[in-house]
Amino acid sequence: MRFQSPESVDEAVALLAADPEARVLAGGTDLLVRLRMGDVAPSAVIDIKRITEMTTIAQDDGGWRIGAAVPSAEMNETAALVTDWPGVTEAADLIGSTQIQGRATVAGNLCNASPAADSVPAMVAAGAVARVAGPNGSRDVPVEDIPTGPGQTSLAQGELVTSIFLPAKPENSGSAYLRFIPRTEMDIAVVGVGITLTLDSAGAVTAAKIALGAVGPKVIVAGDAAKTLIGTTGDDPALDALAAACSAAATPIDDKRGTAEFRRDVTGVIAKRTARIALARAKGEA
Amino acid sequence: MPKDEYQSRDFRIVGTRPVRPDGIDKVTGKARYGADMTAPGMLWGAILRSPHAHARIKSIDTSAAEAMKGVKAVITRADFTYQPESASLADVLDNCMAGEKARYDGHAVAAVAATSKSIARAALKAIKVDYGVLPHVTDVDEAMKPDAPVIEAGRVQENVPEGYSENVTGRSQYGHGDPEAGFEKADLVIERHFTTAATHQGYIEPNACLAQLGADGQGEIWVCTQGHYMVRNTCAGVLGLDAGMLRVTASEIGGGFGGKTHVWMEPTALVLSRKAGKPVKLVLSRDEVFRATGPTASSSIDVKIGMKKDGSITGATATYRLQAGAYPGSIAFLSAMCGFAPYDLKHVRTEGYEVMTNRPKAAAYRAPGAPMAAYPVESVIDELCQKLDLDPLETRLKNAAREGTKASYGPTYPAIGLEATLKAAQSHPHWIAPLGENQGRGVACGFWFNFGGDTCVSLMVNPDGTVSLSEGNPDIGGSRASMSMMAAEELGVDLDQVRTVIADTASLGQNEVTDGSRVTFAVGLATIKAARHAIQIMKERAAMTWGIDPEAVDWRDGAAHPAGPNAGKFPPMTIKEIAAIASNTGGPIAGHHEVTAEGAGVSFATHMVDTETDPETGQVKVLRYTVFQDAGKAVHPDYVEGQFQGGAAQGIGWAINEEYIYGEDGRLQNPGFLDYRIPVASDLPMIEPVILEIPNPGHPYGVRGVGETSIVPPLAAIANAVSRSSNVRLTSLPMSPPKVLAAMKGT
Ligand SMILES: Cc1cc2nc3c(=O)[nH]c(=O)nc-3n(C[C@H](O)[C@H](O)[C@H](O)COP(=O)(O)OP(=O)(O)OC[C@H]3O[C@@H](n4cnc5c(N)ncnc54)[C@H](O)[C@@H]3O)c2cc1C
Repeated sequence: MRFQSPESVDEAVALLAADPEARVLAGGTDLLVRLRMGDVAPSAVIDIKRITEMTTIAQDDGGWRIGAAVPSAEMNETAALVTDWPGVTEAADLIGSTQIQGRATVAGNLCNASPAADSVPAMVAAGAVARVAGPNGSRDVPVEDIPTGPGQTSLAQGELVTSIFLPAKPENSGSAYLRFIPRTEMDIAVVGVGITLTLDSAGAVTAAKIALGAVGPKVIVAGDAAKTLIGTTGDDPALDALAAACSAAATPIDDKRGTAEFRRDVTGVIAKRTARIALARAKGEA
Repeated sequence: MPKDEYQSRDFRIVGTRPVRPDGIDKVTGKARYGADMTAPGMLWGAILRSPHAHARIKSIDTSAAEAMKGVKAVITRADFTYQPESASLADVLDNCMAGEKARYDGHAVAAVAATSKSIARAALKAIKVDYGVLPHVTDVDEAMKPDAPVIEAGRVQENVPEGYSENVTGRSQYGHGDPEAGFEKADLVIERHFTTAATHQGYIEPNACLAQLGADGQGEIWVCTQGHYMVRNTCAGVLGLDAGMLRVTASEIGGGFGGKTHVWMEPTALVLSRKAGKPVKLVLSRDEVFRATGPTASSSIDVKIGMKKDGSITGATATYRLQAGAYPGSIAFLSAMCGFAPYDLKHVRTEGYEVMTNRPKAAAYRAPGAPMAAYPVESVIDELCQKLDLDPLETRLKNAAREGTKASYGPTYPAIGLEATLKAAQSHPHWIAPLGENQGRGVACGFWFNFGGDTCVSLMVNPDGTVSLSEGNPDIGGSRASMSMMAAEELGVDLDQVRTVIADTASLGQNEVTDGSRVTFAVGLATIKAARHAIQIMKERAAMTWGIDPEAVDWRDGAAHPAGPNAGKFPPMTIKEIAAIASNTGGPIAGHHEVTAEGAGVSFATHMVDTETDPETGQVKVLRYTVFQDAGKAVHPDYVEGQFQGGAAQGIGWAINEEYIYGEDGRLQNPGFLDYRIPVASDLPMIEPVILEIPNPGHPYGVRGVGETSIVPPLAAIANAVSRSSNVRLTSLPMSPPKVLAAMKGT
């Protein structure tokens, strides 16, 4: 196995394009675990942490560009980012533990393509866009279009994610992410819900994006559920309708982490709780 | 009263909280655990395991693996040329390396030794096993049915009634009186069915050893175990070696909780070493630990209890069916003994069934058999209290066993501490603290036998007067600290003058494993007696120096004194002074004691817990937890509290989230700490330990074992709290969110 540390995106793309068995290494908190378990045996490991442009968080066009090699701890150390996108940063703050977050990236969380990845529903709800570099140049892809199923992505041979872009935070908007786990931490989401919503001056919801994690083969954009909120103030009947719509949008299976019925139920419950936090943030209350 | 029985006294050192002697090495990483040892020329071992729950092994082709560069030995069952006569040793052998059949997912079928870990792993992949897959059964009730797939025929004991499959290998019965007549007198009788899941001991250090065995039959093992004498004797028995030719040294140990009171792969390492002619290190992965070392048994239980309106229990029965895994077990009998042990009952009957299934061989886990014994009994008592509007602590006090009570499992109790724990619970502020919405409070009692057993201790007085103490039990709960404290107490010297080590199997006589909460009791007893032996010798040396009769010498404050004015007027001789001239007064000074310790003194606890259940997700949060337990005498209270808290923490895990999950294919689906959910620190509140001291008459300082009882009550205490707050009786463990939510919704 070769270990390579390219110092530019072009170099990384060339290495990846030349070797279909090569793997990108960001924080390694998924990859190294799988290597040790014998699940994967790549011919080469391409470390992206030496590529300067991928290690920075920068303000860009009113939004935020987060390099693909930026550990999630750094996101939470960037106060203005936390103020703009608390839903995304709180999701990143749920990944593993302090030690894990010193390494783990949200781009790695995305490209690992686990249906339960915590930062993914939060990023989707925020309208995040991944910048992908490849042999044919670079392209921007909505985050929800990167994973295609468990462990599968839409990235072509030779492609890698170089950054994640979070758009400018709309006025009077709020974002939040909550997950359900059987324990209090160090666990994998049984249900995860990311919500971003925007209010008008009267306190009615004008826009909402809702993403569900861990209740389908990939992140689910719950469009019908978002519609239930539009025009409401997020009062109890509205949240009950939201919960029902989120439960209906979920497509969970029975597995060792819970029955399908349980997951569907809890999707609604968590959606409701997430929406309450996003509403409060949109009103500037939290 | 003979001096070696309990005597009330004021302690100088016992009961204090000195810094632990193993602490610095452990926190600085210097302590050597099972995987930390290396040897010149050492090879890496690896084990190939069955992917099938039940399969005939038709053939194994190891030729490709043997041909690989760096592979020094490949073994299968054929390399275990000795067949032990005893059935239990034959089972250990077959569990270490499958013979005709693989009996569970993870059963070892071959092993390799190679010059690197990666070569060893690659070699495993090159071994071809031809399996004939057989029907399997991993559920205890299914396994009992007459038409169930049979794991091994011909193992049924005579006491098993007709009508079951051959998987039911043993049945035990306990009790007295006429429970049916007792139920007639009751105002309310409740009968319920309960289940508990298999749970793993969850020790953090995976099993590991470094083994060497020569063609001359001499060998050595460095191993992480709860009992290196057990490892020696079992390996010798399984491989047909002389125990005296094997020298086994115990490493530091990162937890065991009963799971390391057995042999899982040490014979394999020895046979690999014998074949390769080199030392072999074998370290299990977490996946292997879960799949192939013992969890405790899962269970299926029926309990029936009758109660009068005043709270008195009129009759009680329980049937325990415990899953022993791939070999005949003996654990259900312990459940049948423990279930009603806290109560004074006229009419009681219990029975236990030992059931084989296609799962790993069940192993001891902290008070084996007792947590699942108490859980249904304490649940039904709680439900009776609810329905009859009775106070659960008062009701337990009313029925509590006391000195003189004939226990449901036979013996009559001496002085015991159950009442004291219940009364302490009643007067604790926790009992009257207010509860909020969705919150409930549960209480439960628990019992454990405690154990003594074979024990040897040597105590050497060194030329400078310092003291070296050798014990033969791996220090798993602080025994080096406790032994040093008891030796210093008895000798009358400062604690820093005594250092205790865990000696290897060639240095002391036979010692039982560190189990049964026996070490502080039994090794402590032997330590005190070894100190008394050394004191006797030192008194003789002083007497010889003074020219007086040894009977006229007293020992106090670490020195020999003339017993009284008639003995003569001599200045006291300290241990240092006596040691300095030992070569001139008869030679080196050492005390020792060998005993099969009896009188361990049974142990009781009462636990109290507050939980909050999320009505929308079924998630149970533990808010407050208090343990009331009798320690006899707490030698080092920090360690005692640690045992109380640790047992409660493990019980909380068992109650709420831990379980072995098997698929339809009979394979374990959660062999790792992600989906086998032991509690993390943030899942637990501060667990408040309340130590009670009702001296054990069988120990000179009154010590009782404390290590196990604390895991017995939590299952029921939490179930009672959750059932009370959610208004539905929960009867299946773990009370994981999906199960609790379904129960609350009545689905
Ligand atoms: C103890 C522990 C706890 C954890 N807890 C959580 C949790 O609570 N929630 C959660 O969601 N996850 C959790 N994880 C999983 C993991 O930490 C996250 O998925 C993390 O975000 C992965 O990021 P990474 O940078 O470490 O990825 P890596 O391991 O470096 O990479 C992951 C995968 O993505 C690929 N990849 C990485 N970067 C790129 C890129 N820029 N372009 C293309 N492909 C790329 C890699 O080749 C690999 O296949 C946990 C892991 C551990 C070990």
